[in-house]
Amino acid sequence: MGQKMLMKGNEAIAEAAIQAGCRFFFGYPITPQNQIPEYMSKRLPKVEGGCFLQAESEVAAINMVYGAAGAGARVMTSSSSPGISLKQEGISYIVGAELPCVIVNMVRGGPGLGSIQPAQSDYYQSTRGGGHGDYRMLVLAPSSVQEAVELTQKAFDLADKYRNPVLIMGDGLIGQMMEPVEMPEYVKPELPEKTWAATGWKPGCGRDRAIINSLYIDPNVLEQHNRKLFAKYAVMEQEECRWQEEMTDDADYVIVAYGTTARIARSAMRKLRENGIKVGLIRPITLWPFPNAPIQKAAEHAKAFLTVEMSMGQMVDDVRLAVNGKKPVEFYGRTGGIVPTVREIVEQIENMAKEAK
Amino acid sequence: MEAQFLIAGFGGQGVLLIGQLLAKAAMHDGMNVSWMPSYGPEMRGGEANCAVVVSDEPIGSPLVTEPPIAVIMNKPSMLKFTPSMEKGGLMLYNSSLIDIEPDREDITAVAIDCNGIAEKLGNARTANMVMLGAIIQRTGVISIDSAMEALKATFGPKKEHLLPINRAAMEAGAEAAK
Repeated sequence: MGQKMLMKGNEAIAEAAIQAGCRFFFGYPITPQNQIPEYMSKRLPKVEGGCFLQAESEVAAINMVYGAAGAGARVMTSSSSPGISLKQEGISYIVGAELPCVIVNMVRGGPGLGSIQPAQSDYYQSTRGGGHGDYRMLVLAPSSVQEAVELTQKAFDLADKYRNPVLIMGDGLIGQMMEPVEMPEYVKPELPEKTWAATGWKPGCGRDRAIINSLYIDPNVLEQHNRKLFAKYAVMEQEECRWQEEMTDDADYVIVAYGTTARIARSAMRKLRENGIKVGLIRPITLWPFPNAPIQKAAEHAKAFLTVEMSMGQMVDDVRLAVNGKKPVEFYGRTGGIVPTVREIVEQIENMAKEAK
Repeated sequence: MEAQFLIAGFGGQGVLLIGQLLAKAAMHDGMNVSWMPSYGPEMRGGEANCAVVVSDEPIGSPLVTEPPIAVIMNKPSMLKFTPSMEKGGLMLYNSSLIDIEPDREDITAVAIDCNGIAEKLGNARTANMVMLGAIIQRTGVISIDSAMEALKATFGPKKEHLLPINRAAMEAGAEAAK
């Protein structure tokens, strides 16, 4: 760990990526993630082998990512909701071709151009694939700048490990906020060699031609390919689920919230505990795979759940699937770029406690 | 201990810098901090504000929706944020540019002639540092020394010669807030 610095979420993510060996960044400007490309444009040209390129569009940027990933590089792109929508075709191709890359989405209000303020309304898009076809991405949701740094570095390792894109899902607040950060010294884990990378083939070079492809004309071959992808996703579900639990052991009411919303829920939890209501918090860190286990465990003893999101209710579906009808699952959300307040969450739980009596 | 600040003014007044120095200094003093700017289609002369939270516990929301402490550098910000202030809150406002008082009986309002004091010191651009001195005097969340350390780190060697005038501005602001 280095010295503590006060950094914006966006800048911290960019620096963390460079520390983790990211040498290629392709992007296109959009608020509220602009400090990522801005930082990359300053820093990457000074790093050996570093290349920053502002593409002519989001579509171009994601296809440059496709190319760099195919050549075996550590590569990243970032955008915000409308821009991420534009990248979906490319992301689907990258998944189909089994290539690793890191994508950052600093989510803003939608639909359409929406607003530039924080939102979490891209949950469905992020966790259900987003583009066409049957696929999944690992989705990591930091709730502090420090965690954004750690998850960014982890994202590159996970992408390489599974040969699959990893999405970091933040929001305008995570991107724009400054918090103290200690940049960890990046230690690369043991990862399989990228023997599949298209780095230039010559006769006698000792390997087969590397073919980067997502087209399978024969349905039988494509079905086989999809089964292979899903076998990989099954391993991710087994091994990559991450979450944080706070005070759930004796909780009557369990709040499920991620990212920015989880921070506010934590403050609400403390206030409610002071008032004698036993509240716990489950914070999914991976949105996919979704942490079913702690929710199922809490459903054994909790009276009810409250899911809080900056959307009209998306993750709440996954919470309900995990609870599976055992206990009531309530929802509270703000949308359009409005961030819920501590007071609002406190009132929600107080009302639930009153109704239970 | 938790202190929540809302610092507002127009772009170019250095309101974001006041907040950053507050956050940086408190961080070096070992506190948890967050700094959150308003962001939008902004421009010089447009509205700018930031929320700063300093706490000895992990910080929940970095937003300050009902400010217990409001630092107000221009009149539109006074009109905008006075109604949302917490009961019993503290408002420090720049009386050089604000010719009214906040219309709330249940808050403490302290007028600081930021631009006037800065001009007297010979550098009008230090009006924000006059206000930072007043904040330090009234809240004690950080010290002038730790604010100066943070400013030194922000300025870097190129602007080091500006440190004494900024210190003088902070001290004059602290004196005015007594």
